[in-house]
Amino acid sequence: MIGFDELMRRFAGLNAAELSRWVENRWVVPETATEEGGERWVFHEVDVARVELILDIRREFAVDDEALSLVLGLLDQVYSLRRQMRRLCDALEQQPPEIRDAIRRALPPAKTS
Amino acid sequence: MATQTPYEVLGVKSDATADEIRKAYRKLAKQFHPDLNPGKPAAEARFKAVSAAHDILSDPEKRARYDRGEIDESGAERPRYSYRPHAEGAQGWKYQPEGEMDVGDLDDLFEMFGRGGRRGGARGRTTGGRGGEGFSMPGPDRHYSLTIDFVTAATGGKQRLALSPDEWLDVTIPAGIEEGQILRLKGKGGPGFGGGPAGDALIELHIAPHPFFRREGDDIHLELPVSLSEAVLGARVPVPTVTGPVTMAIPKGSDTGARLRLRGRGIHRKRQGKEVTGDQYVTLKVVIGASDDPELAKFLEDWAKQHPVDPRGGMAQGASHGAAA
Repeated sequence: MIGFDELMRRFAGLNAAELSRWVENRWVVPETATEEGGERWVFHEVDVARVELILDIRREFAVDDEALSLVLGLLDQVYSLRRQMRRLCDALEQQPPEIRDAIRRALPPAKTS
Repeated sequence: MATQTPYEVLGVKSDATADEIRKAYRKLAKQFHPDLNPGKPAAEARFKAVSAAHDILSDPEKRARYDRGEIDESGAERPRYSYRPHAEGAQGWKYQPEGEMDVGDLDDLFEMFGRGGRRGGARGRTTGGRGGEGFSMPGPDRHYSLTIDFVTAATGGKQRLALSPDEWLDVTIPAGIEEGQILRLKGKGGPGFGGGPAGDALIELHIAPHPFFRREGDDIHLELPVSLSEAVLGARVPVPTVTGPVTMAIPKGSDTGARLRLRGRGIHRKRQGKEVTGDQYVTLKVVIGASDDPELAKFLEDWAKQHPVDPRGGMAQGASHGAAA
């Protein structure tokens, strides 16, 4: 868990206005901690990793804000689907062996070409 | 202390030109060169730091790699960390597409599953007596993290937790929770499938620091500023506690560092079925306030003549002993 300033220090190429805009766009969603005299953003590990991801996409693929929004949306969908798959696999894993075998037999082979 | 960036070491902005960097480097290198500062290890260390910073920033390729976070201040490769484990980890739900894609999609999947079963597999299922719908499973647990303010952590209360951008949960915080404690809210996790029970929400609690309260176990500590006259003459003053202000008597002739106890004004909670109550400890700090007041100065001139006091008496002795040892 780190604050805004520490996050800025961690990534030399990041500027405050940029990061604020990302939070505004909900590309990065820090937790808001209420303190005396106002609110403060708290970034968890997932948020820090997300900032690094956005920095990477922006720099390495020269993607602008609009395209970035699309890229992040698609990435989030992919990860969401992976989470669904994981849950489904976990559920299957908990079944008795004969059910797991039956499912395995029933799965059509993946197309290779 | 956090490590300085090469930009900070050279005292230049992160968008400095090559020329600005070269100038800053020359100036600092001259200032801290070991030959000009013989026998000064601090200068030598600065010189090394300055050289290392210049090494990175003077080379456009290295500088770009540093800016991208590929190398660290010493020029060493920084381990690249991938976003995927985070996205698929406990906190990854935050960035899932709007509208709880989560549940809906799995439901869709199971619906497909059910249809397939009914269409192709009427054989083996009839013996089960429940037809093709007998699939049920408890929902998954969900993990959250919540930062609560100091007073709520001490006295208990309600705090709102964002489950997703448009879903909230009012969490009841028990009094006297500890940093890192995990609350389990039964049935507040992911919904069950096919009539199975919902999972639990596991909430890791973090306590934000307070500007003047400090906690040690069930006791609260507080430094309380008092005026010179309150300390010397005694007074009844209001003192904040976690449950609201109370009036406390300051005994006549108190001094900075005096510690007073407000019994039962600490954290009140149940621990292993028993009620436990902490105290609040108040450490006085005498603040003169009107230290430029001519009347006070006049009074002290006369008073000091008749009452010579040396509050540092013990210190001088201690220091000389320390040096001799």
